[in-house]
Amino acid sequence: MTPRVSRRGLLGGGLAAAGVAGAFTAGRLTDEAAAQEALERSYDFRGAHQAGILTPAQDRLHFAAFDVTTDDRDELVSLLQDWTAAAERMTAGGSAGEVGPVEGNPALPPDDTGEALGLSASGLTITFGFGPGLFTDPDGNDRFGLADRQPEALQRLPHFPADQLVPEQSFGDLCIQACADDPQVAVHAIRNLARIGFGRAAVRWSQLGFGRTSSTSTSQDTPRNLFGFKDGTANLKAEEDGAADQHVWVAAEDDPRGAWLAGGSYLVSRRMNMTIEVWDRQPLVDQEQFVGRTKGEGAPLTGGTEFDEPDFEAVTGTSPTMAVDSHVRIVHPDFHDGARMLRRGYNFVDGTDALGGLNAGLFFIAYVRDPRTHFIPIQNAMAKNDALMEYLKVTGSALFAVPAGVGEGEYVGQALFV
Amino acid sequence: MRTTLLAAALLTVPVLTACTSNTTSEEGGSADASRDFTVNASDDACEVSAGEAPAGTLSFDVTNTGSQVTEFYLLADDGLRIVGEVENIGPDVNRKLTVNAPAGEYFTACKPGMVGEGLRSGFTVTESDDAPELTASDQELVDQALTNYAGYVKDQTAQLLAKTQEFVELYKAGDSDDEARALYPDARTHWERTETVAESFGDLDPEMDLREADLEPGQEWTGWHRIEKDLWPAEAQKYQSLTPEERAFFADDLLANTEELNSRVQDLEYTIDDIANGSRGLLEEVAVGKVTGEEEFWSHTDLWDFQANVDGARVAFDGVKPIVEQNDPDLADTLTERFDELQVLLDAQRAGDGFVLYTDLSQDEIKAFSDSVNALSEPLSMLTAAVVA
Repeated sequence: MTPRVSRRGLLGGGLAAAGVAGAFTAGRLTDEAAAQEALERSYDFRGAHQAGILTPAQDRLHFAAFDVTTDDRDELVSLLQDWTAAAERMTAGGSAGEVGPVEGNPALPPDDTGEALGLSASGLTITFGFGPGLFTDPDGNDRFGLADRQPEALQRLPHFPADQLVPEQSFGDLCIQACADDPQVAVHAIRNLARIGFGRAAVRWSQLGFGRTSSTSTSQDTPRNLFGFKDGTANLKAEEDGAADQHVWVAAEDDPRGAWLAGGSYLVSRRMNMTIEVWDRQPLVDQEQFVGRTKGEGAPLTGGTEFDEPDFEAVTGTSPTMAVDSHVRIVHPDFHDGARMLRRGYNFVDGTDALGGLNAGLFFIAYVRDPRTHFIPIQNAMAKNDALMEYLKVTGSALFAVPAGVGEGEYVGQALFV
Repeated sequence: MRTTLLAAALLTVPVLTACTSNTTSEEGGSADASRDFTVNASDDACEVSAGEAPAGTLSFDVTNTGSQVTEFYLLADDGLRIVGEVENIGPDVNRKLTVNAPAGEYFTACKPGMVGEGLRSGFTVTESDDAPELTASDQELVDQALTNYAGYVKDQTAQLLAKTQEFVELYKAGDSDDEARALYPDARTHWERTETVAESFGDLDPEMDLREADLEPGQEWTGWHRIEKDLWPAEAQKYQSLTPEERAFFADDLLANTEELNSRVQDLEYTIDDIANGSRGLLEEVAVGKVTGEEEFWSHTDLWDFQANVDGARVAFDGVKPIVEQNDPDLADTLTERFDELQVLLDAQRAGDGFVLYTDLSQDEIKAFSDSVNALSEPLSMLTAAVVA
């Protein structure tokens, strides 16, 4: 009703309206123009699946997990409704609240915190998930009358070797993944959604990621993780026919208890600290052996270029060319009944630790159809045998069920509550 | 590119603000345009679009057309008491003052350069039968709230004075430190309940309630926390206990300041938004100092202060609650509920006549307090607007 200064309006209509990746005419654009276009990009909040999964991975992340603090089911639903409305506005480049950061009654705190004024949508996606604690508390009590709809697969992840979990950086009843090509836009989203949550949900932990470590589209270059290696070369890509249906999206028949989750997915998050300084002292040849790829090109050690398949039968001298403990071999779908993940992780650096070492690593995010077949066995194999584990310490861990996309007039996760 | 965007934003805001004002009026902000004014504040003039209004919620849309930063005031007929003000209006900036004004004579004033007594004009508010936001009974509610709150502050300060007298005698005696330690958090309760009022005296507050960490280099440290450290020296590094003469100095200084505080609050007058802002301010004190265990660094009696801040915030809220119930019943319900939920957490930590020490709380318990304070503070930030609406 009230006229307002919309973030997009400031930009002048035409620019901001540029929808999705279709406008991507790479090659003809200068780098600057391409970067500008990325910032103008916006993704629809509503659709068959939630955005932020198959969406081409943006450069920045703010991820937050929440404890639900209300015990009233109606309040939980009202929170999801409020979050839906705010997320739809923000992903379109608008403000969190209905009024805006500077348009409201001066006697009231603004209903948007304002730091995204003048910034465009920046490809923002906001993806919501439900943790096991939303259904049953640690004593097994049914919190909101949802216990009989808790999917079999939605349990706290088992303890894995080398897990050194910090409870304050793990678990959660709800999660929000905010990804954007401008870090301030991602932080603005989480900050405002957290504010909307006060009294109904409280932030349990949150994580910033400053650079994507996976490509989810063949239109994207493969980025590097903080080991200095290309990461996510073999990741599941949006363009692969049928792959998402087979490995990412939950089907209605997967689990009778979880029928509401059809079209959704499971999100695994793992905060993997790297012992950066120790890693940096490893000879190049060893680093490449641990990973199973060359550091420059990212090609498998059995030859070819980045996207060539590794040859696990190849032998150099008397040993396999792809070492038995190399990361690529340990996690390859060939050794896990073909199971693949859609990885969507980010590099993080949270300053330095008390001894001056980088507090840094990979905030691993994967979307899978079933964590029991598509994550847990692979993580176990990695924890037991992977050469990289010497340089990793997992400090955070969580599993969430990510409901399907939000239809017109619906709120996120509505199928669970009706 | 960014510069252009910001420039566009600045140019756009005043226009849209004007639209907002109109919309608000239509939605019931004021009954008609006779309560909405524009003010053209230049360097040498303060042109208000009219000089008369019916009683009710008045709205002044102030635009600074001059070159200096300015302020706009609505002053009572004595020319001293501020009824409403907007400060720091930069050149080309537009701000709005919304204020409840009963019938009477007033002055409007612009203060270009923010100095001097400003460019004043008379302004008359006439009796009105249709004052939409402030009916006669609303005015009674406001008067009642103001009277009650003034009484509460005086009563708490009187109790603070009495217990401070007792406390400093025990402390000076030198052989009654256990009794002094027992009385310390109890006496401070009366300070913390009205902390925002005490803090409004910029000279007394630092002399009475400064924490060691807040000192500037070379600044003398006096007041409650100076004595606290001397009574609880166990955690202090290489601490030199105060001599009897030093004890007497700090004790007498605290008592003298408390007597001064007590005399000053006798004639203190409040506005309704003072009370609402005070409620919010006390919860902010909790959020920044008590939940974190910083306030009582040596005694760890933070939960006494926590409870006292909440007491004061609750009294202030209850005082204005009848007004909020008329203007925004949902907000009144939410605040009542959230105050109750926070009180449940506090009650769970009671021990004897007081509370457990902050250092005995688990991290989970502290997080739960913090969540509950956030849950209350967020709607509490809407209180003032609901009271003066």
